[in-house]
Amino acid sequence: MRQTTTARWLAATALAAGLAVLAPGLAQAQAKGAPAAAGAKEQFFPLLVYRTGPYAPNGVPFANGMADYYKMLNARDGGIGGVRLTMEECETGYATDRGVECYERLKGKGPTGSTAVHPLSTGITFALTDKVPNDKIPLITAGYGRSESANGEVFKWNFILGGSYWVAADILVQHVGSLEGGVDRLKGKKIALVYHDSPYGKEPIPLLQERAKMHGYQLILIPVTHPGVEQKAAWLQVRRDRPDYVFLWGWGVMNSTSVKEAIATGYPREKMYGVWWSGAEPDIVPAGDGGKGYNALTFMSPAGTGRVHQDILKNLHDKGQGSGPRDEVGQVLYNRGLASAAVTAEAVRVAQERYGKRPLTGEEVRWGFENLNVDEARIKQLGLEGMMQPISTSCRDHMGGNTAQVHTWDGKKWNVAPKVYQADMQILKPMQDAYAARYATEKKIQPRDCAKEAAN
Amino acid sequence: MLYRENGQFKTRYSDDQQIFPILQDRWLVMALIAFAFIGVPMLASEYMFRAILIPFVILSLAALGLNLLVGYCGQISLGSGAFMAVGAYIAYNAYTRVPGMPVIGAFLIGGAAALLVGIVFGIPSLRIRGLYLAVATLAAQFFCDWVFARIAWFTNYSASGSVSVPTLTVAGISIDTPQSKYLFCLAIATVMALAAKNIVRGHVGRSWMAIRDMDVAATVIGIRPVTAKLSAFAVSSFVIGVAGAMWAFVHLGSWEPLAFDVNRSLNLLFMIIIGGMGSIMGSFFGAAFIVVLPILLNQVPAWLGVPISTAMASHLEFMIFGALIVFFLIVEPHGLARLWSIGKEKLRLWPFPH
Repeated sequence: MRQTTTARWLAATALAAGLAVLAPGLAQAQAKGAPAAAGAKEQFFPLLVYRTGPYAPNGVPFANGMADYYKMLNARDGGIGGVRLTMEECETGYATDRGVECYERLKGKGPTGSTAVHPLSTGITFALTDKVPNDKIPLITAGYGRSESANGEVFKWNFILGGSYWVAADILVQHVGSLEGGVDRLKGKKIALVYHDSPYGKEPIPLLQERAKMHGYQLILIPVTHPGVEQKAAWLQVRRDRPDYVFLWGWGVMNSTSVKEAIATGYPREKMYGVWWSGAEPDIVPAGDGGKGYNALTFMSPAGTGRVHQDILKNLHDKGQGSGPRDEVGQVLYNRGLASAAVTAEAVRVAQERYGKRPLTGEEVRWGFENLNVDEARIKQLGLEGMMQPISTSCRDHMGGNTAQVHTWDGKKWNVAPKVYQADMQILKPMQDAYAARYATEKKIQPRDCAKEAAN
Repeated sequence: MLYRENGQFKTRYSDDQQIFPILQDRWLVMALIAFAFIGVPMLASEYMFRAILIPFVILSLAALGLNLLVGYCGQISLGSGAFMAVGAYIAYNAYTRVPGMPVIGAFLIGGAAALLVGIVFGIPSLRIRGLYLAVATLAAQFFCDWVFARIAWFTNYSASGSVSVPTLTVAGISIDTPQSKYLFCLAIATVMALAAKNIVRGHVGRSWMAIRDMDVAATVIGIRPVTAKLSAFAVSSFVIGVAGAMWAFVHLGSWEPLAFDVNRSLNLLFMIIIGGMGSIMGSFFGAAFIVVLPILLNQVPAWLGVPISTAMASHLEFMIFGALIVFFLIVEPHGLARLWSIGKEKLRLWPFPH
């Protein structure tokens, strides 16, 4: 009896002591990182992904798209300008504290530190926005994040390339306005916003309220608690209020649940419009045939394949080195990850033209991001023809593009409507500047003087 | 041999009643505190500070607060995340709405608000016990989740529901480097841990333990359950509220209501279960275990050279985490603190077996 107790005590203590000894040693080793040879020509990319949790259905294809593009550049071109690309994934589970921990762990890796970080989460973006100015790593939030970070004078290190949530909301209002025969005809109509109850879902509300004041439609706000599997109450409210249009601002399993609930309560899917993060295959396929007619925005690479996909299939998937399954290549979110990676690689290339073909620091790549000019010709060269809108950034404008299209699900695939909408910057720019100024006073940041910097 | 009390005679009552009566204990604890305040800032890397030490210090304070309620008073609470949220948001409002409010003042106001909320949600404990009380405190958790997501006043009418604080300054010193943040949190945690230890050694703590062990007998001998239980909720919520304010201001900097959801409550509960309920030291052990273990599990595959996808590593983390909790509960239900106590007892006799 006594020996059993002692034996158990010894076992437990040995385990506890072992963990205690290992822990600091490992953490220390990890913190110092795999020491890259000082002269190694490598550019390190941290990949903050979520392959587990309720947001994984959407996080996985995006992560695969990004990783595949970088790997393809290594395989096909030997990197960018002769500098090989290295990358490491870190699981965030869409949680802010894990995202911050991943960022801290990976920010110093590689000969020059992290090149750029794509958190793919508005929550993590908010937390990292405070940290990146100290660490000097560009924070790329292509199509998500704080809408006011388009203002490059206050947000020097944030790049919300391609569009923000205010752009998305604005374009949706323009589109439904055009369906009614003009935005003035929206007077008296009801638009419901079914949104994820988080900073991501709440972002479009200021713009929708602004537009409601301008055009006279009634905005009904229906929040859905994370993770969004429980939506019966929300859709009963939709059924009761009978809005003319429903804008869906969900992510992860919330999207497919929303469509299924819409089918259950009989709300016509043709009147549903999802933001570009609510318009991908994992969101609509689980709803089956009932999902036909559902519309969503697409801003950076709708579904489809181009020359770059052939390169990826040839160099990676044919050799068994693809990051994900082969039939994922060409899906909406895969393409979006791919386009984000393409724009990042383009920024590195632009920075290399100024600073030399060597591993670059975050600060140098930031300059590249601020002087992007991905026009139609360059898009064609990259192999993304017809799949991306041009992006052109500057010191003041860290968004670089504000266009989107609407695509509709026909049961088997997405059909992109040809009309390209552009957000109304007359409304957006004052709002962006006002919110950015508020952030600057709150954080006691001195906004940059773009004119002075351009003169230097 | 090493740990003998030979020659240590106490001549005053105060010497006999001190927290560490054995000289070796006092030396060890002093050395530990000196190492924590002086040695660690010199040795640790920035990653260690940001990812391990600062979360460890803050969460051990929160676990300490929960231990006062669950371990010492026996009232199971699943609402600790809510109390952290109350502390954080009220401290934020005090800091931003009142011009010239010092950081410590904001923390104390946050703690006081959490204290009041804790008393309100502690009232069910006067009628219900055990599992049912756990459910009632879970209601506190969800209620506070709802309040901070829906009532815009608390987030200063921020459109996104996310709030952030500018860089903190305490007594003219700016708390912006990892070392200063760590030392700031450590100072607050040390003071509050000392206060908590003294509370549980006094008559208030003893009344809590009496309620925990046998509340009917405690009532019979004259301990008022209302006073004991509500004071436990009050003190515990104050400590958790201050810890929540520290978590938000110092560690996160910018947060949304999801940062204090039910997962945080469960995390704190696991910390005290593994660390040792009814033990101040146990809170620290449990916090260290839970802060370090996921990071460790994420990196062991890479360290061993076995290539695993991040998804598999994350799943493995959950599985191993759960298995370790079950292992500790079977082998040592009183937690790591009990292992430590048994170790000390054996050390007092070493090298003799008995």
